[in-house]
Amino acid sequence: MSEVQKFKVTIDNITIEVAPGTTILEAARKIGGEVAPPAMCFYSKLKGSGGKCRTCLVEVSKGSEKDPRPMPKLVASCRTTVMDGMEVKNITSEKVPDARAGVVEFLLLNHPLDCPICDQAGECHLQDLSYEHGREGTRYEFQKRVFKKHDLGPYIQLHMTRCILCYRCVFTADQLTNKRVHGILDRGDHAEIATHIEKALDNDFIGNVIDVCPVGALTDKTFRFKNRVWFTKPVDAHRDCPTCSGEVQLWMRGDEVFRVTARKDEWGEVKENSKGETGWICNECRFEKKHIHDWTIEGPSVINRHSVISQGHYVGITKPKETVQEVIGKEPRLLMDIHSVSQVNKPNIDLSLINGPAHSDDFNHPNTNGKQD
Amino acid sequence: MQALTQRSRAVDRKPLTLWERIYLPAVLKGMTITFGHMFKKRPTINYPEKTRPFSPVFRGLHVLNRDEEGRERCTACGLCAVACPAEAITMEAAERKNGEEGLYREEKYAARYEINMLRCIFCGLCEEACPKDAIYLSETFAPSNFARKGFIYGKDDLLIPNPKTQPEELAKARGEA
Repeated sequence: MSEVQKFKVTIDNITIEVAPGTTILEAARKIGGEVAPPAMCFYSKLKGSGGKCRTCLVEVSKGSEKDPRPMPKLVASCRTTVMDGMEVKNITSEKVPDARAGVVEFLLLNHPLDCPICDQAGECHLQDLSYEHGREGTRYEFQKRVFKKHDLGPYIQLHMTRCILCYRCVFTADQLTNKRVHGILDRGDHAEIATHIEKALDNDFIGNVIDVCPVGALTDKTFRFKNRVWFTKPVDAHRDCPTCSGEVQLWMRGDEVFRVTARKDEWGEVKENSKGETGWICNECRFEKKHIHDWTIEGPSVINRHSVISQGHYVGITKPKETVQEVIGKEPRLLMDIHSVSQVNKPNIDLSLINGPAHSDDFNHPNTNGKQD
Repeated sequence: MQALTQRSRAVDRKPLTLWERIYLPAVLKGMTITFGHMFKKRPTINYPEKTRPFSPVFRGLHVLNRDEEGRERCTACGLCAVACPAEAITMEAAERKNGEEGLYREEKYAARYEINMLRCIFCGLCEEACPKDAIYLSETFAPSNFARKGFIYGKDDLLIPNPKTQPEELAKARGEA
């Protein structure tokens, strides 16, 4: 008896051997690159996720070695396990791009497209998905759905209009916390994330719903409107945390820690930490530690150079030597200190330390020396 | 040596003739050219009194736009700043509070918005990047200044007059009054 039987599966003409029970999506991710279908609801670190958004649809042109008939319809690759000899078409298929564009159009039907004010913009999976797989316009001409606003406590901001009902946050709360207090209420068009009778989400690990949310529906209230993602620099850092591994990614600007998140892999999922566990981080690390002294910084995170986040990060350059001093024999006279004129980035205001979003009075506060325009 | 162009000619080094040595004809010839220009159309204008019309696509000083109700359009999305090749734009965002709905169009707004006109190259990419029709390059110059600090333009310099509360000033700024 062969101890481990491997299934041979061909995805976009690339053959790979995987263990039985692997889904097509995971097999495609093993190959990597463009072959991997996009996924909005599937999250490999969460049991039971997937099968809801339909963005990972692929064409199975040959069912298996024993039954070579193609599957009659496109299948959700996150929920379909591979068979021996299966042939899958993702980017080589003619039907898939069209079907996916339709799925994107459906996902965007009720999406408010308020990316200019959304804190997720720049690292939003729905943005990437619609950019890469969507159509240019929409055919929807009715009012988008709106919801009564729910408050999820001091740390997590809910924007229900942006939600695509992927259920990732529900699985996160189920699998990471001992008691889930939020869920999807109502159904159909009225389905919404809410806590029953206005509870705050306050479990130690509930902050991870922000990381798993593929859109801007659940965002960090302590980072809310503080800065745009692409103006902050991601840095790997760690601290001794009694509750979690303490291995995080800091989003910094200068010496200010604007946001703390878990480290993400190339699929936008939380990476494994050095102990080999999924690197979920606790609320204390995520929301409370906004001082640079709280962290040991390991170095800048690797960011895909096609990402907007890498914009303006001048990596791998050598700063030319300043020779003015040597030539004139003294420090050059500073003709203008920008802080004496500029009203932004005041050295004595740390926006990152304000709880929650800044308001007009934060800028008008006498201590901050702010002159309102 | 071979000439580099076809047009080079050997310098004529013959001694001047009597007619040339009088000089006066040459002076008179030069003077006719000089005085002849007095009767031609002047190519210059008296600038501060008269101005030339700008092209409608001229990219001058920036303005921050308001909507018809006088609310600021800018939501501090940062797209102008990320598009700016000179890194001249900086901003700080804030959340709109209850009661400020008449001031700002969206939930988030730019509490601070600053353009460093010393860095700006007037390329207009900020205008192109803006998803909210909030920033425009107007048909005016950035005025000159003796000090560098006069070129840091904040929100009070950039915002257009409120069409609800300051309609005359707006009309004046648009050159209609």
